[in-house]
Amino acid sequence: MSAIGTGPRPLVLPRPRSAQRRPPRGSSALWRASPLTYVTLIATVALSVFPIYWMLVVATRTNDVVGDVPPPLLPGGNLPENFQRLFATEPAHFARGLANSALASGVVALSVMLFSSLAGFAFAKLRFRGRNALLLVILGTMMVPVQMGIIPLYMVMVKLHWTGQLQAVIVPFLVTGFGVFMMRQYASQAVPDELIDAARVDGASTIRIYWHVVLPALRPAMAVLGLFTFMQTWNEFMWPLVVLNPDNPTVQLSLNQLNSAYFTDYTLLFTGTLISTVPLLVIFALFGRQIIGGIMEGALKA
Amino acid sequence: MGLELRPPPTRDRRAGAPPAPVAGAQAVSAWRARLSWLDIKASPYLYIAPFFLLFAVFGLFPIGYTFWVSLHDWELIGGREFIGLHNYAELMVDTDFWNSVVNTFGMFVLSTVPQLLIALVLANLLNQWLRVRTFFRMGVLIPMVTSVVAVAIVFSQLYGRDYGMVNWLLGLVGVDRIEWQADKWSSWIAISSMVDWRWTGYNTLIYLAAMQAIPRDLYEAAAIDGASRARQFWRITVPLLRPTIIFTAIISTIGGLQLFTEPLLFGSGQMGGGSLGQFQTMTMYMFENAFRDYEYGYGAAIAWVLFVIIILASIVNFLIIRRLRSTS
Repeated sequence: MSAIGTGPRPLVLPRPRSAQRRPPRGSSALWRASPLTYVTLIATVALSVFPIYWMLVVATRTNDVVGDVPPPLLPGGNLPENFQRLFATEPAHFARGLANSALASGVVALSVMLFSSLAGFAFAKLRFRGRNALLLVILGTMMVPVQMGIIPLYMVMVKLHWTGQLQAVIVPFLVTGFGVFMMRQYASQAVPDELIDAARVDGASTIRIYWHVVLPALRPAMAVLGLFTFMQTWNEFMWPLVVLNPDNPTVQLSLNQLNSAYFTDYTLLFTGTLISTVPLLVIFALFGRQIIGGIMEGALKA
Repeated sequence: MGLELRPPPTRDRRAGAPPAPVAGAQAVSAWRARLSWLDIKASPYLYIAPFFLLFAVFGLFPIGYTFWVSLHDWELIGGREFIGLHNYAELMVDTDFWNSVVNTFGMFVLSTVPQLLIALVLANLLNQWLRVRTFFRMGVLIPMVTSVVAVAIVFSQLYGRDYGMVNWLLGLVGVDRIEWQADKWSSWIAISSMVDWRWTGYNTLIYLAAMQAIPRDLYEAAAIDGASRARQFWRITVPLLRPTIIFTAIISTIGGLQLFTEPLLFGSGQMGGGSLGQFQTMTMYMFENAFRDYEYGYGAAIAWVLFVIIILASIVNFLIIRRLRSTS
């Protein structure tokens, strides 16, 4: 199992990235966009952004606005108060959820980067018996739907006495088949064999070659993998819902708790969704280009 | 494989070195040679071991064990009893299960078809010379970086019966308030729109990448022959994009058949998916049986049937791909 998530996953192998980042010269220079194109695209972007903006509007106002006609379209000044109320809402354990999510996502992302790059390096550049067969096994693991093993996985957690504890949402995901495969694809192109041979001649051990030759070359791909893994773990919902308790939640479980209340306090709920979304938006603002590049080169599943 | 033919560099070159004059040095170099031989032989396995260890414990074992569990009447308390394929037989006549299958496929179609069509059009728009190109690309992709839970919460509020913005907008054009959770069709539309909103941009970028790989002389030749932009789109772009379209269809199939979070939050966190199960999906039904009613055996059987359904859907897709290859 590579990850528990509801997102789509690829069946076809991701295309290896070429050293050249530019896409092959295509038709994009052929046509100039018409004003209608711009209008359509701007409308699309507005639709894409609106629900996120609406989060901000509701999160900065009081509960009265929920019934207003027409609905308010500008943010208000109530955010600090909503913040306080949110963190004081006992059953949501929101602060704890945030801390748990940050810790779990950070650890999983770092570990996936490390172990995937190690294994990817081995599959791309080292010779060993059964290499191709084992690589096929990894590909196979990427195609298994995640719900398959969730019941026995829960039983394993019960046996380990890990239910309700944060390691239950960390340890099973420390390395993913997808990460290994992505690193393997990248390493076979980004690291020249000659470089590794030269290091061997100089008497470098395999682990030194990994550390001094391979790791620097893999850095860009590892960054994208790490970001993606972080976001994926941050968004994970089903498995934490199975294995954690409401009093030791991830941030998504805190939100679920608020959402399931008999009387929904919308400003509170939206303040929570806003806070849970901000880290993702920051990552996207800083690394959006790389993430888009990763998707367009076929290297990233979502 | 080129890599296989390469001589093992370290060992060979060490062996070819001039013999050391002192016996002690010779012993040291022999020891070193052995060490480096061990390094070369063993380290690959060491590096891939973490994946396989973790996968064995948390992946392979649970999947196999799911089948074993599904052959039992297995509950949280009160032990278990081997009942063979009884769970599966029960599942085949379980109307709640088939209701969830119908719901899942209904929402899957409602979410996938518009999503891929809109993505195709958007990609075609983006595949031009544009100002602020990156802005538009990030703009269409931004829904994907929000969390599913946040999307579901915000949309559920927008679809609220009394104060939701959707009903308000519909009211402006004279449509009566809709209670979106109440009916099958309305809840399916609401939930599908969440999926659409989140994934259209992702598919757009995949299509855009494929479009940029189409050689421009094809379009130039068509333009010389007097083909309009629309004609070029249907006669050149879409046919050449077919493998990519099928790829995205497969991804959406696998994701769509596992739909869980959106309908769950749409129904305020209840596994039942509405008062009459209007929008209960297969995964929700599995979850309800396994983790609310603690019927592990029955839940495991649902998991396996879900797996088989996904495999069948994938095989159908694969056959389509193969047929396309042979015709083109």
